[in-house]
Amino acid sequence: MKNKSVNFKNKPDSPASPLDATDRRIINALQYGFPVSDYPFQEAAASLKLSETELLERIKNMRENGLLTRFGPLYNAEKMGGALSLCAMIVAEEKFDKVAQQVNSFAQVAHNYERDHKMNMWFVLATQSIEEKQQTLEQIEQLTGYPVYDMPRQKEYFVGLFLNLEPVSQQAHDS
Amino acid sequence: MLSELDQQIVLATQAGLPLDPQPYHRIAEQLGIDAKLVQQRIKQMLADGRIRRIAAIPNHYKLGFVANGMSVWNVPDEQVDKLGEIVGKLDYVSHCYRRPRFLPEWPYNLFAMVHGKNREEVNLQVAKIASLLGDADQGHDILFSRRILKKTGMRFNQANDIGKKRN
Repeated sequence: MKNKSVNFKNKPDSPASPLDATDRRIINALQYGFPVSDYPFQEAAASLKLSETELLERIKNMRENGLLTRFGPLYNAEKMGGALSLCAMIVAEEKFDKVAQQVNSFAQVAHNYERDHKMNMWFVLATQSIEEKQQTLEQIEQLTGYPVYDMPRQKEYFVGLFLNLEPVSQQAHDS
Repeated sequence: MLSELDQQIVLATQAGLPLDPQPYHRIAEQLGIDAKLVQQRIKQMLADGRIRRIAAIPNHYKLGFVANGMSVWNVPDEQVDKLGEIVGKLDYVSHCYRRPRFLPEWPYNLFAMVHGKNREEVNLQVAKIASLLGDADQGHDILFSRRILKKTGMRFNQANDIGKKRN
């Protein structure tokens, strides 16, 4: 039972996904980090007991079919001099779509979500500087007529594996 | 702040690393500089935190984790850091931050994004966090997303914009 291979595609409540055990191992290992060296894929492949070619092919496939949203450096905007903030608004139902359009018209708004709560609009503001952030917040408030609750992160806590994809058999038992 | 060279490297890698046996050499060729220099700058940016890490980012939706809820918690300020570390380590939590409260509308100071295969699973995981926090949980809520209104991601669009104030 423990060694039985269970794929996501066998599970009725999941979208079909052609991930096999090797893909899962690759995702788990490379969520942590990737070498900076002359032949980094060769290095990463060796620790996964794969060939360089196979690792590259699998990563290419997972990028192409969207199983990986990204493969590369993750930047910290604040450390590069910019500012990033999560902002919330309480918007009346009848004005919601208009306000969404107004908020989205700002290039500095990277993501915007409607959420199930009295605070129903949540967006991420990414700016090149703190000053630009303040300016943009004021402009959004003026344009929409609603106050913006600015909730920048005060502290980031360590997050381990983004999604723990192993062990395979436990995934099936947990659902 | 970024030097001009670092800016060029950031721009060249913002869509990801080239999927080639020698990705740093390909970037170096593109920029017309030495591959050793590219690696040295990237290592420096990793060391000082401008690059968090170089990694594969899975699409949790495609992997079957189709539900996500932003769980928000009101915990005592003197315990929030200790509790944030604990909650962040749970393997169904992808982000965990301390953020400011806005009383009386918003009493929550700890945010944890929880992923699951459906809303029931997310609810169950939030219940697990609640029991983990015990008395420190002075109120919590889960905000499920109803609609994506915009998703462009963070892009550094112009070389001379990165890390510089706009004039």
